[in-house]
Amino acid sequence: MGMMKIPMVQAEPDFMIHGVLKYHAFGQELWISDTTVGAWIITAALLIIGFIVSRKLKNVDESDTPGMFQCALEMGMEALENMAQGILGANSKRFLNYIGTIFLFILFCNLSGLLGLRAPTADFGVTFLLGMFTFFIVNYQGIKNRGVGHFTSLFQPVPVLFPINLIGEIANPISISLRLFANLLSGVIIMGLWYGMMPWFAKIGIPAALHVYCDLFSGAIQTYVFCMLTMVYINDKME
Amino acid sequence: MNISGQDFIYGCSAIGAGLAMIAGIGPGVGQGIAAGQGAAAVGRNPGARSDITSTMLLGQAVAETTGLYGLVVAIILMFVKPFG
Repeated sequence: MGMMKIPMVQAEPDFMIHGVLKYHAFGQELWISDTTVGAWIITAALLIIGFIVSRKLKNVDESDTPGMFQCALEMGMEALENMAQGILGANSKRFLNYIGTIFLFILFCNLSGLLGLRAPTADFGVTFLLGMFTFFIVNYQGIKNRGVGHFTSLFQPVPVLFPINLIGEIANPISISLRLFANLLSGVIIMGLWYGMMPWFAKIGIPAALHVYCDLFSGAIQTYVFCMLTMVYINDKME
Repeated sequence: MNISGQDFIYGCSAIGAGLAMIAGIGPGVGQGIAAGQGAAAVGRNPGARSDITSTMLLGQAVAETTGLYGLVVAIILMFVKPFG
């Protein structure tokens, strides 16, 4: 029986996280990966944009008719306020800062795939941290608003359900972080496979359509869902 | 053709990854139902189109989660090699 040769594509698709710089701390070998670098770039970009925009808006003369730039910003801010108002109601003002911050950060991270960065949110370390922020805020609000009732509510309606309630509470941050991570990772893998394994003529035009779906559509929807679910979880603990 | 134990494990991982993606059926059906109901709702009340669309997309994105768990399991099976 002759050996069966399976034709294989030789090009190695590349979508993994790469280390940039190795350092030692606490007796461990640690890496600064391109996730870290991407997050730094995005943080710097957000800081610069925020600085420029706030400077520009401070210099606006109040008697003038607002320009295009100011109108666009106010529309975005109003959309964010309406989103928070719809779920959190009267409490929306208190959480608007946090929601706006993570909204901008996740949105910029998701869209950074368009600029050639590896999206930082396609690393479970980043999304799990964001999920843990949500977890701590939700539980802080629960303890603040209900006191001991926050813990006794785990035994409602019957004490037998305690393990299921506990798992339900712990699963929340894991599920929202895994959702964001898996969506972005699937986008990164699809783009990596396409760029790494397709012949040259398939790389003209078609990747644009894939980028629109994987980066723009999926990224924007997941940003919206993450912020929405964070607010829904917070609102559950407000009464 | 000699198949070593390691090759056997890689082959089984690939089969397992394929089986894990059967999880894609559930979200497909669920999202389809949500989209159909959304279309029916827009037909009944075209004025509420934007509200219906945003609610539908939110529900679909949440329903997608189970499929994404299957995807994560498949990716781990494919790319996390247990023996080097």
